[in-house]
Amino acid sequence: MRRHQELTKILVRSAGGLLLLMLSSMAAAASVGFINPAGPIAEALRDHLIFIVVVMMVVIVPLFIALPWVLWRYRLGTKSGSYQPNWEFSWILEVLIWGLPAVIVVVLGWNLWHQSYELDPYKPLASTEAPLEIEAIALDWKWVFIYPEQGIVSVNEVMIVAGRPVSFRLTSGTVMQSFMIPRLGGQIYTMAGMVTKMNLLASEPGQFRGLNTQYNGMGFANQKFMTHAVSQADFDRWATNMSASRPPLNQAAWAQLTKPSVLAAPQFFGSVAEGFFTAVVAGFTGGSHHHIKADGTDL
Amino acid sequence: MKREPLLHPGLNLGSTDEYAHNEAEPVIFGFWVFLMADLVLFAILFATYASMSVQGQADGPTPTDVFDLPSAFIETMLLLASSITFGMASLALKYKADGLHLVFWLGLTFCLGAGFVGMEVRDFWVMTQEGAVPQRSGFLSAFFLLVATHGIHVTAGLFWMIVLLVQLRVLGRTTAVKLRLMRLALFWHMLDIVWVCIFTFVYLFGVAQ
Amino acid sequence: MTSESIFSLLGTLTPQDISFVQTFENPVMSEFIDGAAGSVLVVGMIIVVGLLTYYRGWKTLWFDWLTSVDHKKVGIMYIVVAFVMLARAIIEGVLMRYQQSIAVNDPGILTADHFGQLFSTHGSIMIFFMAMPFITGMINYIMPQQIGARDVSFPLLNAISLWLTAAGAALVMISLVVGKFSTGGWTAYPPYTGIEFSPGEGVDYWIWSISLTSIGSTLTGVNFATTIYKNRAPGMTLFRMPLFCWTSLCTSVLMIFAMAPLTIATLMLALDRYAGFHFFTNDLGGNMMNYANLFWLFGHPEVYILILPAFGVFSEVISTFSGKTIYGYKSLVIATMSIAVLSFTVWLHHFFTMGQGANVNAIFGIATMLIGVPTGVKVYDWLLTMVRGRIRLTTAMLFSIMFLVTFVIGGLTGVILANPPVDFAVHNSLFLVAHFHNMVIPGVLFGMIAGYQFWFPKAFGFRLAERWGKASFWCWSFGFYLAFMPLYALGLMGAMRRTVEWFRPEYLGWLQVSFVGALLLFSGFLFLCVQLVVSIRQRDRRRVPAGDPWDGRSLEWSNSAPPPEYNFAVIPHVSGKDAFTQMKQEGQAYASPSAYEDIAVPKNSIVAPVIGIAAIAFGFALVWHIWWLVALSFLAMWGAVIARSFVTDTERVIPASKVRADHEAWLQQVRECTTTSREQEDTNSNVGRAEVLA
Ligand code: HEM
Ligand SMILES: [Cu+2]
Repeated sequence: MRRHQELTKILVRSAGGLLLLMLSSMAAAASVGFINPAGPIAEALRDHLIFIVVVMMVVIVPLFIALPWVLWRYRLGTKSGSYQPNWEFSWILEVLIWGLPAVIVVVLGWNLWHQSYELDPYKPLASTEAPLEIEAIALDWKWVFIYPEQGIVSVNEVMIVAGRPVSFRLTSGTVMQSFMIPRLGGQIYTMAGMVTKMNLLASEPGQFRGLNTQYNGMGFANQKFMTHAVSQADFDRWATNMSASRPPLNQAAWAQLTKPSVLAAPQFFGSVAEGFFTAVVAGFTGGSHHHIKADGTDL
Repeated sequence: MKREPLLHPGLNLGSTDEYAHNEAEPVIFGFWVFLMADLVLFAILFATYASMSVQGQADGPTPTDVFDLPSAFIETMLLLASSITFGMASLALKYKADGLHLVFWLGLTFCLGAGFVGMEVRDFWVMTQEGAVPQRSGFLSAFFLLVATHGIHVTAGLFWMIVLLVQLRVLGRTTAVKLRLMRLALFWHMLDIVWVCIFTFVYLFGVAQ
Repeated sequence: MTSESIFSLLGTLTPQDISFVQTFENPVMSEFIDGAAGSVLVVGMIIVVGLLTYYRGWKTLWFDWLTSVDHKKVGIMYIVVAFVMLARAIIEGVLMRYQQSIAVNDPGILTADHFGQLFSTHGSIMIFFMAMPFITGMINYIMPQQIGARDVSFPLLNAISLWLTAAGAALVMISLVVGKFSTGGWTAYPPYTGIEFSPGEGVDYWIWSISLTSIGSTLTGVNFATTIYKNRAPGMTLFRMPLFCWTSLCTSVLMIFAMAPLTIATLMLALDRYAGFHFFTNDLGGNMMNYANLFWLFGHPEVYILILPAFGVFSEVISTFSGKTIYGYKSLVIATMSIAVLSFTVWLHHFFTMGQGANVNAIFGIATMLIGVPTGVKVYDWLLTMVRGRIRLTTAMLFSIMFLVTFVIGGLTGVILANPPVDFAVHNSLFLVAHFHNMVIPGVLFGMIAGYQFWFPKAFGFRLAERWGKASFWCWSFGFYLAFMPLYALGLMGAMRRTVEWFRPEYLGWLQVSFVGALLLFSGFLFLCVQLVVSIRQRDRRRVPAGDPWDGRSLEWSNSAPPPEYNFAVIPHVSGKDAFTQMKQEGQAYASPSAYEDIAVPKNSIVAPVIGIAAIAFGFALVWHIWWLVALSFLAMWGAVIARSFVTDTERVIPASKVRADHEAWLQQVRECTTTSREQEDTNSNVGRAEVLA
């Protein structure tokens, strides 16, 4: 008997401890992901989501209220509600149960239509500044970012300017992947031989994790990168520094990158051939499987 | 057991064979449904071809380069003729009590069908010799899959015909064999229609571009 | 023969492909789990074989079951397959949940490769070898009886479909012991699943197991649709059919149209892999976007193929246990039909993020939301069915009610996902995983469990133990909420699906809760097993020979439990909806018919098992490139079909005198049974004769 009590105590305590642990970690959790937006896109997405939930409550709440009530009122053996085993239709209710969802779909559909255009990732963001251009190439299991204006390359780390729109052009050098920085906005697929686009903006300086969301093999879980949103001055300093101090992205380096692998740390290259991104895309669209040389010409 | 006088689309045996006619109802209906599923399959192959024949050429041969229109035309004629002869076979099944007419028309259908398959195989072989193999491009992959799927259907139809000819011999003109002939007829005519689409959309449109 | 020459006959298969050998050579935890799973399978098979031999069950198994073409037996065999596969797939789900709950900044116990195989087998099994066989089995067993038919239109074809599905399931099982399975998920998106990025046998296992079952399902669809159109009893007009038959019809039509895209997609993927074609490759004009379109052109209707029959079950269960006719019958039929049609217009919502324009996305998004209208109507129709009834909270009813509650939450998240902008944020995340489990567990699985509880007494002649059923119900319900609600939160926090290891400590708590939930779900399954064993042991007390334990409303309740092989001694004449309720009220139930006729039933046939076994060999040989076996098994399959077409003696006649004797004996027994009131439903006084209230 005493044993039994001891055991119960231990169980209760450990359960309590576990619960506490979970609750605290859950509280901390709200700081990540797009529910804690760090830019206007992610913020709009979140508000859009909340709007849908609220509107949907019009059909959901009545069910949640009515169901227990009905179960209670019409339970077997009750004298409360009348028993009419052949009751099967009512025009009023019929109009209501078709009409209400229909109205809601009209409201939500209207909203959907506008939001789809408004939040289209291809749509350039309104801003006084010209967007920062970045070209991203998905590889197994890493992300290569090319800054065509600066002529530099970073791998598994991307540097952007806070408050200035970023315009990504994306492709894949391997299987299909999906590019996303959750706290800044949505995602877009990257596919070999094709170019997709994504426009983002970080309102404040900060660090945001980005990742591939589309399963692509053994290194998938590790294919994460860090986004640094910094001031324009810091960005410029960083870019100059990179082009001065880092090696070029030559053929050997590219061959190394395209091998499936997980990188231990981000890599940087001080220069890259012009049109490199376009050459990678074109490498898949021609008549044979080209291998891309670092100078952008076919191998 | 008397059923309501329902008629199914296609040739009905009706008064010439009341019993088989009654048995036919669910069997033929079911086969129509099956053909529908088969047609969906072809529809998807057509859709794939439509997209890949344009976007999937990969600097390789184009439709104009590889299609042999006269040959495809002769194939079309063979298959159309075989549909007519099968129609004659169906009429023989319904109206001629002796088996000879039936076997004659079926035999003729078989030869025409075999001619079609033979010519198609020759076309494929010629294309292969020119390097237009399915491994060359998405367009050719889609082409070979679409046309060969039809060809395999026709070949299966030919085997089916042989089996039924044997059954006519071994089992005689039983209800079961009659129902099978009616189903093979539907199958055969459907393949004809599919081929007309292939000839139009793949060959004619392809060369016209 | 030396071992080398033996293996030269076995294509690319080598001893190293046997999972036990791998475990032996590389004894790490992940391999150990794999080896253990293989052992469970092998030992399980040995035990089954041993038991069959010990109890001299082989003859019964072969002559009464495997070669049977009776739709009821085929139906039961489908459900047995579903149960076995459910056991495996749930365990895999729990294992993945365990891995994820410990793998925060820690590799956990599973390798990335093993984890990849787990979500691929789990997903593929749950959809193709659990849900599909379950609904197919349920329709097989019930639908012909509900429309007053003696069998489906093509009984042998039915058995062949079963065996093709079983062959696919067998291939997935074999992959546990021989070689590896795909890591491409249940969707198997190329180019990842192409030969360049996924060499080896894994994807081939996926391709051939899926192809076999997709052909089986197409044939099933043809068979069911024909049965419903052509085999209804006199007076059973379409608009007098029970709703389960309507949903079966819609599901069959969807199968006829939707399986072809899948068959073609897998075939093209196979041609890419085996023959160097370029349908979905990165280079030479291949285009993986075609695969995405084809797959989801199948995939979206597929979810309705699965859920519509469950909707049918809920309609029957809710109406029966509310002691009331269904509310808004026509409205439910129209809603079902519109869902079926609309389901072909929305497939693009599975890849809003592929870069097509905002207008295309918006159109498909709105189409998706439109499906919400008929679905919402259904939910309210079910609620109104209970209104003015007398509700009994049996296990089947509890599952149905929990479905209603949970399903609307899934509907809410579905509408959220239908919005392209929001989908951009949660696509591929655990939010999505939560959403589809939120639809398939209450929708499909609860529906099938409810149907199983509801119709079990009909099929086997005794009631299941309600107490264990309810225990199972609570586990499934709480388990579901604990396991999947945290995933919504995780998804919003940027946690992606198919992830073997995490790097965010914030996720930990949620993942742990989710694991506890998965354990509860597993206990729910265990309790179902306990319920079955307990009920079998108490079967003599629980018998319902009169066949109508729940005061049923449709024709299947009008015959004995279990029903005779010909279902109806005399084909009933139907004059309204709720045919059996009407008979009972008019005093027509259990009346002796005026005349009996001979009944022809199809004879057993070995064709279906031959095709099934050849299909396993065919798939296996293709996976391992054993070309002689490919040819041989292909010939065996078609040889069996052709040989069968020469057999003329395919029916067995049961003489009218025998039918009369059996039926009259049963009627006599029914007349002697005492009637049971609904209050007494769950007591042993319930022998299947319902009290009729005037
Ligand atoms: C019964 C308890 C179940 C548990 C514990 C469970 C658990 C899981 C887990 C852990 C995953 C992987 C999630 C990830 O990718 O991170 C998963 C995926 C999946 N599950 Fe379940 N599941 C259950 C039931 C079901 C049912 C009933 C179905 C369908 C009828 C189903 C269909 C799927 C599918 C299609 C996937 C996606 C596989 C893929 O990524 O390709 N699951 N499930
Ligand atoms: Cu969908």
